[in-house]
Formats: sequence, structure tokens, C-alpha cells
Amino acid sequence: MMRIELVKRPQRSALFSVLSPFIAFALTMIAGGIMFALLGVNPLDAFNIYFIQPISEVWQLHELAIKAAPLILIAVGLSVCYKANIWNIGAEGQFIFGAIFGSIIPVLFPQFEGPLVIPLMLLLGMVGGAFYASIPAFLKTRFSTNEILTSLMLVYVAQLFLDWLVRGPWRDPEGHGFPQTIQFGDSAVLPELMPDAGRANWGFVFALVAAVAIWLMMSRMLKGFEVRVLGSSPRAGRFAGFGFNRMVFFTFLLSGALAGLAGISEVSGAIGQLQPVISPGYGFTAIIVAFLGRLNPLGIVAAGLVLALTYLGGEAVQSALGISDKVARVFQGMLLFFVLGCDTLIHYRIRLIGMALTKANGTAQLEAAPKLEEAR
Amino acid sequence: MSANHDRSNLLEVRGLTKIFGSLTACDHIDLNIAKGEIHALLGENGAGKSTLVKMLFGSLEPNAGEIFWDGKPVKITSPGVAKKLGIGMVFQHFSLFEALTAAENIALSLNDGSPISTIAAKARALSFSYGLPLDPDSLVGDLSVGERQRIEIIRCLLQTPQLIILDEPTSVLTPQEADKLFETLERLRSEGKSILYISHRLEEVKRICDSATVLRHGKVVGHCNPRQETAASLARMMVGSEVKAVERAPAEGIETAPALLEIRGLTRKPATPFAIPLKNINLTVRAGEVIGIAGVAGNGQGEFFESVSGEVLQQDAGSVRIRGKDVGALSITGRRLMGAAFVPEERLGHGAAPRMKLSENLLLSRHATDGKAFVGSGGMVKNSTVYSAAQRIITAMDVRKSAPDPEAAALSGGNLQKFIVGRELDRKPSVMVVNQPTWGVDAGAAARIRQALIELARSGSAVLVISQDLDELFELSDAIAVMHNGDLSKPLPIAEATFEKIGLLMGGAEPGHAEHSLEMA
Repeated sequence: MMRIELVKRPQRSALFSVLSPFIAFALTMIAGGIMFALLGVNPLDAFNIYFIQPISEVWQLHELAIKAAPLILIAVGLSVCYKANIWNIGAEGQFIFGAIFGSIIPVLFPQFEGPLVIPLMLLLGMVGGAFYASIPAFLKTRFSTNEILTSLMLVYVAQLFLDWLVRGPWRDPEGHGFPQTIQFGDSAVLPELMPDAGRANWGFVFALVAAVAIWLMMSRMLKGFEVRVLGSSPRAGRFAGFGFNRMVFFTFLLSGALAGLAGISEVSGAIGQLQPVISPGYGFTAIIVAFLGRLNPLGIVAAGLVLALTYLGGEAVQSALGISDKVARVFQGMLLFFVLGCDTLIHYRIRLIGMALTKANGTAQLEAAPKLEEAR
Repeated sequence: MSANHDRSNLLEVRGLTKIFGSLTACDHIDLNIAKGEIHALLGENGAGKSTLVKMLFGSLEPNAGEIFWDGKPVKITSPGVAKKLGIGMVFQHFSLFEALTAAENIALSLNDGSPISTIAAKARALSFSYGLPLDPDSLVGDLSVGERQRIEIIRCLLQTPQLIILDEPTSVLTPQEADKLFETLERLRSEGKSILYISHRLEEVKRICDSATVLRHGKVVGHCNPRQETAASLARMMVGSEVKAVERAPAEGIETAPALLEIRGLTRKPATPFAIPLKNINLTVRAGEVIGIAGVAGNGQGEFFESVSGEVLQQDAGSVRIRGKDVGALSITGRRLMGAAFVPEERLGHGAAPRMKLSENLLLSRHATDGKAFVGSGGMVKNSTVYSAAQRIITAMDVRKSAPDPEAAALSGGNLQKFIVGRELDRKPSVMVVNQPTWGVDAGAAARIRQALIELARSGSAVLVISQDLDELFELSDAIAVMHNGDLSKPLPIAEATFEKIGLLMGGAEPGHAEHSLEMA
């Protein structure tokens, strides 16, 4: 009988803290290679199709930016939550509500046109996301509910609400019964950055601006300090006079607003209308992005590009090798697993302890009793 | 190296060394504990006492050195091994479940499957035979700290150890309870058991210990017979230099000085089933004076501190007044802006965020009071200003550290406490409330902190000190009140206060009737 214990390390290795995401990525590749081999595909060919080919031309980089933008926008918001030790898992729902609120103008008031439309839509999108995120914040501060559960469950409510909207009141009357809204008018479409080179739109710029702004806030501003104190030592935070409930609302509203901005940018930029499904799970994948980026907004930009590639690669292997694009989910899952695993091993070492301790009389037996085995 | 191990020594330690990174916490420690002796382990905080004891108890692995048990070489690789050898330990911080009974707590640590009733019977028998009366069926949450310590001691004795390690056992006891404990220890010694007694209270060590090993900076600086030393000579060995005595000029004209901190009928319901309710507390601290609050830990001091600091707000705004204004409804930030400063008991995790730098920890309590200096437009922190202010405090309080701006957790307890106290003194607050100002702080640092508090008071501030350390309160205070079970006695002017009077009040004699209780006793 063996028992496994995690023993806290006296010191954290600074080197491995930096290397951790890279090790996690390498382990993901190894495990992914085994998976491809088991599927009967040469792993090297598969990797080439999955990771290299999707970014070998300029227009493909634009596609990468389109996928990365929502991931980065959502993940920088989530990083603030997680730094405060507040667990918003429902960004997917906030993304959807941002998209719905932002779409009010082009769907209900299509005759309203002009340069004000886009800013108003973006603003409404942020309001929608923040509104939807305020629900778990309210429940947590008022009734001490667990925000992980409430924010997660609200995702399904949001998905079904969107589904109902596009099949019911907001359905395009001339859409031949398809469950979708009317196509947004020209002034409600988020402009592309370089229309000649590819499809990437302003969403990517919003993502970069948000990342830099949040990085500034977290590292230089009193607000960021407040987040870090309350997250790492809540009692010291209370001593500092920072309110925990206020922080719950702040982080939920901020991350909700950014997820909402991502939602409306996606709908008004990449899609152009509301459909039953507007996200391939950006809100959940962004959780991986946040952790892979070490909860650092600048790291999140890099991590967002990597995860965006897993989406593109998933589509590529599906068309080239006939493997389900669910393989993207597998890669994302493995990446999160290995990141969390590596992070845990930075803080803890593994100790295996034999349970069969015999009655000890002599020293020799005593020495032999607990066998220490260290994980790397 | 394995020469001369004397069978009359129960434990012999030769050249025991423990290295943490660049720090040698224990440097070739030699230690002999004879059978049937009480051996004192003396040293300031950070001298390596805890590291040494952890190696003896198997929770740390030494880098080098040998341990001989009863003349035979042993490797103590885990606490389980230590227990099997016959080493028992009573920790300074108890590990007891409040919602379980004493017997259930003991059963958990014995882990041998015997029924609770058997354990309870054994514990009861043992407790009476050693003069440590304990009801095994009582809930730990209902017990006093002294009684909880008894559980720990009995839990340890049930494993019939030959060597018992006690870490600062009297720090949580009233003088009367400590006397009881000493009787028990002498009884154990007469049975041939050995005791390793860790303490920094030199009078105690002189009173009960047969021999002593003194550590400084991880090295043994001497073995001695404490009975032949004076408290001053022991302190000199520990610190390496003379410790400056704290000077307290008599306070003058206090009666007419303005009351800067007033507590009027402060009452608080218990927040958790095991919290202490505060019962109609009244206290006035005037400009220029230091008032001490004595009491055994867990008698409501923590609850009182939270209420005064504003971490918990009051229903009745007038129950706490600072500089003549009702502040019961003001948050801790609001009270700080009124000129008050607070130092809580827990350094790491309450007074300071462990993983944050000292400069960030300066910002922790002063981001509002020094908002203009530390925070610029748009909420940007002026890092360089904060950094230089932190350096100013570090210099003023002589905080020793390994890096220019280290994480709070990287400092020793005493140095962090100097920083935390210095952080508040630097503001020259008109009201200062300190909970356990020198708990676990070495003698040199403690003297410095106490002197600073007295000087703050004499410069016209009101200082309120909550402490379990009676010596400290007698050194610092102009008057001492006692907190017991959520009640606060009337302050006794220092001229009238004695250890006996305060000790009886700490034990629960009716507040205000100290004389009467004395006659009874």
C-alpha cells in the first residue's frame, strides 16, 4: 500500500516558475504525439498540419488574430479575478450576453446608422457582460454562494437564452426559417484592420489595449495592489481597509465587461449576425489562456495566440486528415492539465509513503520505514 | 565521530547542521541531554532553536551530524520515528479541533484504534496523577488556553516518552498556571524522564532547569548551569551584547490630559460558536500614557482589537471614540484618517502580506493616510516614494534583512515586527493600539519596540498595548487592566499593580475586587 502526499517545498524555484509553461507545452506535444500515433497518423505529419501549416501565410495570421482576440480579452479579465482569488468560470455566458446586448442596436434598430453605432454597440456589449457577471457577484456577497457553481451554471442559461432569441423574437423574418438574426448593417460591422491582407478586425487591437491596461493596473496602480493583497492574504487586505465584497463586484464587473466586449466584437466582426452558437468555447478556453499566461496580462497575449492556434490546427487536421476537430479540445485540456500539474510541482514535491509500517525495534527498520521519493 | 557516547545521556547530538539555501540555520550543534534532567534551550528568535527541535522531532532532515539515542546512533526521519524512539513534543501552537472533545482529539493523534472511552479513562487517570486536572469529555472550544495545553501535554505523556520537548510552554499561561506546570515538570524529572525546555524567559529557566544550551546565529555559544548564572549573564550569552533596559519616565499630568481613545460600553456578540463575546467594556487612554491590557490568550483580546481597529464595525457609533469623535461606524481606514494606528497580533497574513515586499507592505496600512505622498494621479502608486519611505523605516528601526526590499515572509519574526511597528510610528499617530507588540521577538528587538512605544506616548500620543507577557506590560504601562472572558477590569495604576494581583484577575477573579480575591487565596 502506498500513499501519495504533496509536501510543500521550502523554496520555489524561480527558474522552473519561468520554464513551467514551456515544460507543460512540451509534455502536451509528447502526449499529443502519442494520441496521433494511436489514431494511426504519423505524429510529425500531424504536427506539421496542426501547428505549422495554419500560420504559414499572412491571411492565416489574420485568422489567428481573430481567434486570439476574444481569448486574450476574456483571459486578461479573468486573470484579475483569479489574482483576487475569485473564481469566475462563467465568462462564456458573459461573452454571450455581451453579444446579445450589443446586438440590440443592429437587430432592433437597423435603421440607426452612422459612426456612433459601433461605439454604442461595444459599450452595450460591455454593459451586458458586466450585468450578467453581476449576478454571481451579488449571490456571493449576499448569500455566500459559491461563485464557481453559479457563474458556471449561468453559462447554460445564457446559451439557451440566445438560442431562444434567435429562434423566436429576434429571428430574421426573411431568413427562410433559419435560426439567426438579420445580417448587421454596414455601420454595425466592426472594421477590418487591413482588408487587403486578411480578415483581422479591431477586436485584436482591443485585446492588446486591454492587456496593456490591465498589466498597468495590476503592476502599477493602487487598485491592482488591492487585488493582489485581497487575493493572497484576505485578512491583511481587511486590515488595509480593502473591502472584500467590493472586490468581488469589481472583479466580476471588470471581467464580465471584457468578456462582453469580446462577445460583441466577435458577433459584429467575425460573424455579422447572431446565431444559436457564437463561440467555440472561448469563455472556457480563456481560463486555460489565463493560467498558461501565468495570470500576467502580457503572458496572456502569448498564451492566447498559442491557444488560438489549437483551434486553427483542429480545423486543419479535420480537413486534411479526417480527424475530428474535437482534437482541439483535447489539446486544450492537456495543456491546462500539464500547466496546473507543473505549477503544483513548483510549490510541492511528491512523497510516496509506504503504509505497511512494521513494529520497529531497531534502528535499521526505523531508517527503512518511510521511503522518500522525490518528483523532479 | 562516534566516540564517547555516554550511556547516562539520553540524547546526544554531534555536529548537527541544517542549511537552507545560503543560510546555515544550525551550524554543527552539539547537545547532551542527561536522563532525568530539565535541559533549557535558549536563544533569540532566529537563533536556530526551532530548526534544531524540528530535526530532533523528525520534521526536518539534517544536512550533517549524528544523533545518539541512549548511546546508539539513530536517524530520525519522521515524527513517527521520533515517537517510536520515545520523543514527545508539545508545540507552542496547539493543533486541536475545537469542535471535538479532549478525548477525541487525543484519540486522533494516537491513531491506534482503541475506543474513545478507554482513552478518556487513561487520560483522566494520567491527568490527575500529574496534577493537571482535565475533563476528557469537554469540548476543546470551551476550554481555556491553559487547559488546551494540558490536553497537548497529556496527549504527549500517553505515548510514554522518555524525552519531552516543550516549546515556550508558559507563553500562554497565567503566573499561577505556570507554577502548576513547573510542579508537573519536576514530577516528571523525578521519574527519570528528560525534558528539553525551550524558552526565552530567563527567570523560569533559572528556576527549573538543570542545564542549558545557548544558541546564537545557529551556533552553540555555551553550555551552562543556569542556576549559577544571572538573568543578565544568560541574556548576554543569548544576545551577544548587553540588552538595554527600557526606560520609562514617569508620566505627568495624565489626569488632565485629553482622552484620545475612549471605549464606552463596547459590547459584541460572538461571531462564531467559539468566539468570545465582549461585555460592556469601558476604557479611557489619555494623551501621554501607555495602558496595558493583560490576559491569557483567547479571552477576547482579538475580538477587542478588531472592534477598536474598525475591522469590525460597531452598532453603537459612540462605543469607540477617537480624539473626541464617535468612530464606531467608521472603517479601519476612517479611523486611521482620524490619527489612529494599529498593529495586530499576527504578523504574517494580518499585519503584513507574506508574499509582498516590505515597500508594498508599507502601502498596506498607509495607502489612505499617506495617499497624497504615495499615490499619484489616476491611482498610480509612486513606487520610488514608497520605497524610500520603507527604507527610512528600515533604518529607523534597524530592520535586518538579506535584500534591499525583501518579501515580508523572508524576514525573521522580530525584524518583521520592528518594520510593522515602525511603519505605524513613522506616521506619528495620536492613538496607537498594539496587540502583542513583541510576541516571539528577540530581546534586543523587543527592547527597541517597547522603548519606541513609551517615547510615542511621552510625546503626547495615547498608546494601548494588549499583551500576554506580564513582564512586558510592567515595563511599558502606566496602568494595567485585565481582560478575562470578554470582561475588562478597571486599570490598576502601575504603582499598585503586582504580579499576584494581575495574575488573579487573569485567572478570572472578579474585576475590581482584586484585594478581596487576594485575601481568599
